[in-house]
Amino acid sequence: MSEAVAIPAAEIAAWKLPSRGRVGMFCLIAAESAIFVIFIVAYLFYAGKTLSGPTPSILHVPVFFTVCLLSSSLTIHAAVRSLSRWNRGAFEFWWLVTIVLGASFLVGTALEWRHLILDEGLTIRTNLFGTTYFSLVGLHAFHVTVGLLALAAVAVFGFFGKVERAHTRHLEVLSLYWHFVDVVWVVVLTVVYGIGR
Amino acid sequence: MTTLSFELPKTQASTPIVERLHAWVITVDHKRLGIMYILYALSFLVIGGIEATVMRLQLVRPQNHFVSPQAFNQMFTMHGTTMIFFVAMPLVFGFANYLVPLMIGARDMAFPRLNAFSFWLTALGGLLLYFSFIGGYGLYGAGTAPDVGWFAYAPLTSRTFSLGHSTDFWTLSLLVSGFGSIGTAINIIATVLSMRCPGMTLGRMPLLVWLNFVMAGLAILAVSPLTGAQIMLLVDRYLGGHFFDTQAGGSATIWMHFFWVFGHPEVYVLVLPAFGFASEIIPVFSRKAIFGYPVMVGATVAIAFVSMSVWAHHMFTIGMSSSANTFFVLSTMAIAVPTGIKIFNWLATMWGGKIQFRAPMLFCLAFLFQFLIAGLTGVMLSSAAFDWQLGNSYFVVAHFHYVIVGGILFCLFAAFYYWFPKVSGKMYSETLAKIHFWLFIIGFHLTFDFMHLPGLLGMPRRIYTYEPGRGWDIWNFIVTVGVFFQAAGILAFVANLVRSYVRGKTAGNDPWDAWTLEWATTSPPPEYNFESIPTVKSRRPLWDLKHPEDPDWKYE
Repeated sequence: MSEAVAIPAAEIAAWKLPSRGRVGMFCLIAAESAIFVIFIVAYLFYAGKTLSGPTPSILHVPVFFTVCLLSSSLTIHAAVRSLSRWNRGAFEFWWLVTIVLGASFLVGTALEWRHLILDEGLTIRTNLFGTTYFSLVGLHAFHVTVGLLALAAVAVFGFFGKVERAHTRHLEVLSLYWHFVDVVWVVVLTVVYGIGR
Repeated sequence: MTTLSFELPKTQASTPIVERLHAWVITVDHKRLGIMYILYALSFLVIGGIEATVMRLQLVRPQNHFVSPQAFNQMFTMHGTTMIFFVAMPLVFGFANYLVPLMIGARDMAFPRLNAFSFWLTALGGLLLYFSFIGGYGLYGAGTAPDVGWFAYAPLTSRTFSLGHSTDFWTLSLLVSGFGSIGTAINIIATVLSMRCPGMTLGRMPLLVWLNFVMAGLAILAVSPLTGAQIMLLVDRYLGGHFFDTQAGGSATIWMHFFWVFGHPEVYVLVLPAFGFASEIIPVFSRKAIFGYPVMVGATVAIAFVSMSVWAHHMFTIGMSSSANTFFVLSTMAIAVPTGIKIFNWLATMWGGKIQFRAPMLFCLAFLFQFLIAGLTGVMLSSAAFDWQLGNSYFVVAHFHYVIVGGILFCLFAAFYYWFPKVSGKMYSETLAKIHFWLFIIGFHLTFDFMHLPGLLGMPRRIYTYEPGRGWDIWNFIVTVGVFFQAAGILAFVANLVRSYVRGKTAGNDPWDAWTLEWATTSPPPEYNFESIPTVKSRRPLWDLKHPEDPDWKYE
């Protein structure tokens, strides 16, 4: 094209913009929060309206597994920090600890559900409490599972020596998601095992 | 100061058609994805239009039996769902995809692969919805296409009342396309925040970029609740849950709340980009910079904020508490204020300008008048007492079609003509565009002006047929006549696009003497958009280039 357009040459050096990974993850967290809000509103709206069958009084606060999940936020932070300092051994150690803690939380949920279904006779179709409880806690457990899959993928890459210092920023973005899953659990815990009881 | 020159991309005539199509399927280029969004939406526009025509033929005279009542229910459900989710949303996202990176001087969206993924989710969601026509029989041999209305109130969607799989197709297609919408919205926000060219501060972004940025934030907060509600509906239908099961203590009302928490912000998701088109086109064809840029941005954010708290004005007739009614009346009336500010700013932009009545400007002018009337009937309906009389009547149908067709669609047509030279490199036919404009505006007013009247006379929406002699007959006849003018207008529009693409004159890079960055590159832009990333110093970078003696940045 002969018609030329003159644009001043870029002075890119001083131009700083936020990282797109972080912005994208914060937006995803906003979207996920909105989904959780809908489920929490439904839980609170139906709290105490169950007509028959088991009621929330059968729930026991899962203290140990809550400690597991919340402490995994600290371990993933330690892992990313070790990576940024290029301490590979520490990174892999803390990363695996995070996975173990997250997985044990899921085991805790599984045991609790087993107890509720087999001993208390509460399923998702038993009554309103069952419907709202299993879908809210299940939605959270689903998010933990997705997070664990992502963590496991990183672990596999790490095992083959593919995780490098330059990946710190990507893993920071992933750890944002993991922190979000933990924070949501604090809210779900308060709603389901606190207010809802 | 360096000078850039662009080469036209090499002609692709020699590559076989299969390879060219394959290149479109695997593309992650924001411009190609934008075009695909738009073409996909246009084909659904024709389908949704045919469904509307079927409804109007059924209602053209009393006690008509053009289609069966069952088919009529499917028509209004599919028309509403198609037009909102598979026409308006993809059109808005298509334009945002194409224009936002170009306008902020970026080479692509922030996440090109997420972009392609989102498009294909939306596209397959639409196909899933229409697959219900053949796949909806399911195991029970009942129902084909969804027939529960576009807002699918409980308990119509329960297994008891909706056998077969028609409702499941509706739910799943909205769930899938909803994930696509959230993905695109995330992408737009990340693009705007992280991909701007040097000098493009937030206060210098074109208003279209600002409006799409706010739209994306609103879409994230609006579409996600719908996704949550659809998951609950699936739990009810497949796992035997009781969220919306009134027999087991569940609530039908909470579905309404969840749906309208999505449904009302959704209107603003669609109208904000339309405001964006008007805010780019009106200044260029008035030969003046936009009036009150910071106020426009502020009004946009205010609209988005207030729009999150007006949803229950769709629900006055279900009998809420008087305090809830009062809150939603006041918040709904309040949203008219920032919207009114925008209208005054567009008028002030035109005031004293040298207005050029080209097709994009004509559509924008019609938009201003029609959107004003739509807003006024909106303020009428926002009064709960008035709404008790007219809720769920044809008055409401006329009101929201005035917003969506008279406001949003007119702006979209303006955008089509304004950016057609950029996207295709060819100039459209002004004569055909004016024929389109006049046919469509006559049809629009015949249909939707007169649709208010049977509503005022008590005609409920979604009614299959009606008795003669209620005073509705003549109005329904006129409304149906208008449809054919609109259809003829659409025909002229499509003919114009096709004919101009094949045989149009070469448009040049900047046919409108415009001021935003997309006009700085070639028409059509190369895959990389800009050979070197531009730098901007004001809101109208091309004005600065063309008028180095009197640049904008001296005044901003």
